[in-house]
Amino acid sequence: MGYKISLDDMNLALEELSKDYMIYAPKVFEGEGKFSDTDLIRYGEVEGLEEIVFDEKSDYSFKEALTPISEVLFYFTEDEIKEADKPDRGALIFLRSCDLHSLKRLDEIYLNNGYEDYYYKRLRENTKFILMGCQKSFENCFCVSMGTNKIDSYDSYIKLEGDTVYIDNKCEDLDKVFRKADIQEVDVKPDFVEENDIKVSIPDNLSLDVMDAKMWEEYASRCIACGRCNFVCPTCTCFTMQDVYYTDNGKVGERRRVWASCHVDGYTDMAGGHSYRKDNGQRMRFKTLHKVYDYNKRFGYHMCTGCGRCDDICPEYISFSNCVNRLEDAMKEVE
Amino acid sequence: MSVNTNKLKKNAFRVTNKRGLTASRVRVPGGYLKAEYLGQLQEIADKYGNGLLHITSRQGFEIPGIRYEDMDKVNLLLEPIIEGLEINQDIPGTGYTAAGTRNISACIGNNVCPYANYNTAEAAKRMEKTIFPNDLHFKVAFTGCANDCIKARTQDFGIIGMTEPQYDKDRCVSCGACVKACTRKATGVLSEVNYKIERNPDKCIGCGECVLACPTGAWTRSKKKYYRLVIMGRTGKKNPRLAEDFLIWADEESIIKIVQNTYKFVENYIDRSAPGGKEHIGYIIDRVGFMEYKKWALDGVEFDDKAIVINNVYWGGVHYK
Repeated sequence: MGYKISLDDMNLALEELSKDYMIYAPKVFEGEGKFSDTDLIRYGEVEGLEEIVFDEKSDYSFKEALTPISEVLFYFTEDEIKEADKPDRGALIFLRSCDLHSLKRLDEIYLNNGYEDYYYKRLRENTKFILMGCQKSFENCFCVSMGTNKIDSYDSYIKLEGDTVYIDNKCEDLDKVFRKADIQEVDVKPDFVEENDIKVSIPDNLSLDVMDAKMWEEYASRCIACGRCNFVCPTCTCFTMQDVYYTDNGKVGERRRVWASCHVDGYTDMAGGHSYRKDNGQRMRFKTLHKVYDYNKRFGYHMCTGCGRCDDICPEYISFSNCVNRLEDAMKEVE
Repeated sequence: MSVNTNKLKKNAFRVTNKRGLTASRVRVPGGYLKAEYLGQLQEIADKYGNGLLHITSRQGFEIPGIRYEDMDKVNLLLEPIIEGLEINQDIPGTGYTAAGTRNISACIGNNVCPYANYNTAEAAKRMEKTIFPNDLHFKVAFTGCANDCIKARTQDFGIIGMTEPQYDKDRCVSCGACVKACTRKATGVLSEVNYKIERNPDKCIGCGECVLACPTGAWTRSKKKYYRLVIMGRTGKKNPRLAEDFLIWADEESIIKIVQNTYKFVENYIDRSAPGGKEHIGYIIDRVGFMEYKKWALDGVEFDDKAIVINNVYWGGVHYK
């Protein structure tokens, strides 16, 4: 159902929705870029549509709204545990097509991969997804190559044009709220990009033989193992557990889970001190093949959704898309 | 040939080791200038100088080989540069009004450098606007972080940028990057307690290495900018020494006020009988005592709670005796 309403009415609708939903969208965090006098665009709660950054890609993805960076699971005393409360409201998340495709990857890992993850599920089931269109491809995007440039599984599509808001709505709950405004029915089709500057091709003959290719050695000296590529990635789901005993008591504490990164030291540490991938080039190899080989082998589609945030953020200018495009030659080398 | 050397020195020319030839010193506060001015400098050097430019140690230019009788013509050609760089001037077309207070220099700052905690060039320009022209010999430099690439600790006033790191523990993934950066590159004030980070604020120098190292944005910079003011560093033939800390976590406004107050202090205490009538601030303070200087410097300055004022400042350095 397509319609248009005024920005003021939209913000009134958001105000009403905020009683039941936390509204997450990419917004500017002024002065919070890592360099002085620079801003950061990441997800945070918004009150009005004009706070949302539509014309730039966010530095970090939406996933922190569904899988918090550091999340307390439960609190323990000597003989009892108490589950951490879930938020008292659901969530509305504004995101782009590639990220909505990424949601499918998160669901695959947390819900359909054997056990259902209780903590993910309780956030996920109360979340609605609002699609943001892409009028142009941003730097480093390669969604078209990954087939993630279009999607129709959104609850609502929202586009802001001047003071007018165009909506393509598929959700009854949202429809009820939007209809309180003075709406005018129009045909609304989401903006999707049809082409990116960056094109990626994953060789059909890709196999684990590529592990022996020379290309990984280069990343051994280039990658600094900071993990930024994983932390901005909308499809990375690795976490670690931390059991914490409060310092004032020592007998009570909490268990939390915290994002982990296959590039950061410690990821492959074993009891006894062994570590599988000490070499940063091998970490790059592991991540790359996970995104465009292993996951596909298991689930039938690629994990990477081509958002390009890993390229955007890498302080060493390592390009993931460039790495994937080197796989074809690497296969020739090892075959 | 009759030349008033006192006058020409105060007009940013100098007596050189070549009879009949002078050199003109061009100020570039903050060390940034539009490249187009290089063309104008070339014109002066080709027309009235010897075709050479010297890049001065204070980030200005010196045009050597100028005949004394051409100084007025050089001043006319300097006018667009003086105006373009917004240098305070008494009478347009007559060149620089003073030379004692040296060009305010600055490291490249956050226009380019990832480490810089502020825009050093803009700060240098604001200081220049406030204290120039003045014949008293003052050296001021701005540097973006404690790496001190401009060597602020060799100045009368060195301003070192600081940021107060802000920690959002909910964004922290315990990767240890900040602890490692702080330990290896700075003062090692971060430690991990229960997988989260604690910062020792007493020893933190506000360099921002933790912010740069953090992959998730758990560490960010404070909205407010802070500065460390180091004072009375110098080179020279008696007692060269590095500047010592006077203020930590100070604000720009207070620092400007202190520099202004120091001019009043020098006016009051300078030994006019010193060679050339020039006694350098640091030596005046050595003579009258830091406590007396502090009284003058802090007159009317109001700090916020965070600022630390060092009670008594002691200098070391080399004594050539």
